[in-house]
Amino acid sequence: MSEPQPKVKKPRGKAHLITGKCIACGARCQSVCPVNAIEMNDAGEPIVIPEKCIGCVKCVKICPASALEMFFTPEELKILEQLAASAAPAEEEVDEEAAALAKKLAAYRGVWVFVEQTEGEPAKVSWELLGAGARLAASLGVELCALVIGDKVEHLCTEAFAHGAAKAYLLDAPVYRNYRTEAYLEACCHLIATYKPEVVLMGASGMGRDLAGAVATRVATGLTADCTGLDIDDKRNLMQTRPAFGGNIMATIMCDKFRPQMATVRPNVMPMPERKEGATGTIVRVDFVVPEESILTKVMEIIRDATSKGHVDITGADFIVSGGRGMMAPENFAILQELAEELGGVVGASRSAVDAGWMPGDRQVGQTGKTVRPKIYIACGISGAIQHLVGMQDSDMVIAINRDRQAPIFEVATYGIVGDLFQVVPAITKRIRELKQQQSTH
Amino acid sequence: MLVVACIKQVPDTTQVQIDPVTNTLVREGIPFIVNPYDTHALEEALRLKDRFGCKVAVLSMGPPNAEATLRKALALGVDIAILLSDRVFGGADTLATSNVLSAAIRKLNSEVDEVGLVLCGKQTIDGDTAQVGPGIATRLAYQQLTLVDRIDNLDVGGKRIRVSRKLEGRHEIVEAPLPAMLTVVRELNRPRYPRVPMRLAAADAQVEVWNNQVLKLDEQSIGLKGSPTWVSKIFSPERAKGEILGDGAADPEGTAALLIDKLLAKDMLPL
Repeated sequence: MSEPQPKVKKPRGKAHLITGKCIACGARCQSVCPVNAIEMNDAGEPIVIPEKCIGCVKCVKICPASALEMFFTPEELKILEQLAASAAPAEEEVDEEAAALAKKLAAYRGVWVFVEQTEGEPAKVSWELLGAGARLAASLGVELCALVIGDKVEHLCTEAFAHGAAKAYLLDAPVYRNYRTEAYLEACCHLIATYKPEVVLMGASGMGRDLAGAVATRVATGLTADCTGLDIDDKRNLMQTRPAFGGNIMATIMCDKFRPQMATVRPNVMPMPERKEGATGTIVRVDFVVPEESILTKVMEIIRDATSKGHVDITGADFIVSGGRGMMAPENFAILQELAEELGGVVGASRSAVDAGWMPGDRQVGQTGKTVRPKIYIACGISGAIQHLVGMQDSDMVIAINRDRQAPIFEVATYGIVGDLFQVVPAITKRIRELKQQQSTH
Repeated sequence: MLVVACIKQVPDTTQVQIDPVTNTLVREGIPFIVNPYDTHALEEALRLKDRFGCKVAVLSMGPPNAEATLRKALALGVDIAILLSDRVFGGADTLATSNVLSAAIRKLNSEVDEVGLVLCGKQTIDGDTAQVGPGIATRLAYQQLTLVDRIDNLDVGGKRIRVSRKLEGRHEIVEAPLPAMLTVVRELNRPRYPRVPMRLAAADAQVEVWNNQVLKLDEQSIGLKGSPTWVSKIFSPERAKGEILGDGAADPEGTAALLIDKLLAKDMLPL
């Protein structure tokens, strides 16, 4: 054993704000500071009081914008250099708290996907989630499990296996026939308490959000809404990425001290996994039945929305061909309709086209209209005012057709065509028709 | 019966922009508004007041300047406006937020009148989570009815409600006993505007502020400390760099073909 060395106190430094980087996230640094060394100014930016700061680095770690850093005086830097030169062993504090936490988290294993169904009919997003869940399960080296709750829904377990699940927890009883928050909440909480999954994914649908919010509250864990990206970090934690501030920025959310880590994901965001016909897995039948008398909410009726011809829901469309002021007249929207029909899509409009009375108000895309996220958004004769852009910029692909090369719409376009839409749009329609014809003759 | 509407002051998010140089949010001069979905919750509460003479309380958690939001509600005719504001509430995620809101509702229930309904907007436009409403219902063990687009029947004496819920491709007609927590969608109603006399009256009306000395919640269960989720990183969304194709003016046909080839290569066409 070496001689005990005289202890040199390692300087811890003081936190300080890097000018211009603070985003006023909501006083996280102030809240996390154990010694109240941080005050907020009117703009919501922190003011670190150096006399109070103990250099615990908590605020630096929590800042989402990396706007805080540690500051050392020249004297302190000197001591740090000396310590580094003498290669004194770093004082590793054995953190009992961290060890206990790690033990608690390790009790949870497995990735779960809630299989949403209405009257036995599955929601597509469930299979998309199995695709995303499979990647997470592979990174974690754990099983991908489906959570099937309903009445006479065993067939959904088979479907789940075909979409990648290795195991399905099945709760099959009349009380689960119609979705009711209470019944499903009890069922999920029972399963989570019994089998302890580390990740639970649900669709960001009406039902999924209703259930996820209730379950996360009951089990007192974190829940991240509407994730567009899911990944695992080097400490087995789920990195949940979602748009914030109307899609202007992306945020990665962590829930590293609680299990399960719960997230909802919007339909159509994750790619559909390839269906493996005949794939099998383990069905775990769970005999947990909530007594019907204890469920106070009753579903009286489920009314399927009529898909009448007159009503067009642009928010659900995969392809939208939109027209703006450049369409010149209402009858000209016929060329957009033709293209939309070839694509199996719908026609949308900018505010100016709606204000001019060329298209009905329910087709309007934008700040005062609807937000759309189609696979392809084709903007024809739309200049692209910011109010329009916020309504369509999250589309997977944006194609802009406009005569004015300087139009802001080209800033958000994946592909831009500078030209006369009255020539370009029919040419696109014609080309698609040709391709379809070639396919049908082969 | 007391009806509680929960409302939030939010930045008019569609106007938030990223500074292209510093990569930070440009937030100067962003106006604050009442979360649009919450205006429908507030309106429904006021209609219940008009019809049944229910008392209406409005709650909002936020910084001191969110008082303006509550003052707007007072101008519309609510009876009680309470701002839940405290430094220790700051940095809250949805789990911690629902804790503070449900504690305030519990307090109203025991001190003002029996709460029959809690109304929330279906989600906020800044967080978009739709999680706080279910959080409140779960914590209070109220019946949870989300995405309500119509109240078919409210039996105040018999304490029952029947509503229509708007889901993907379907509606559900659901009946439940009170107390219930409803989240509401835009189709439910058309919010009213405050009339001048009410606006004047509201200028003198009192917005109560409840901090944690009033609610007495465990500091580990509120604010940042009570939030399991936290933001580890923010960044600008990656936008694939756009491309101008061909010469659309001189050669519309060729340019169209060029576009179609690109789409086919990316498997974007329904062919």
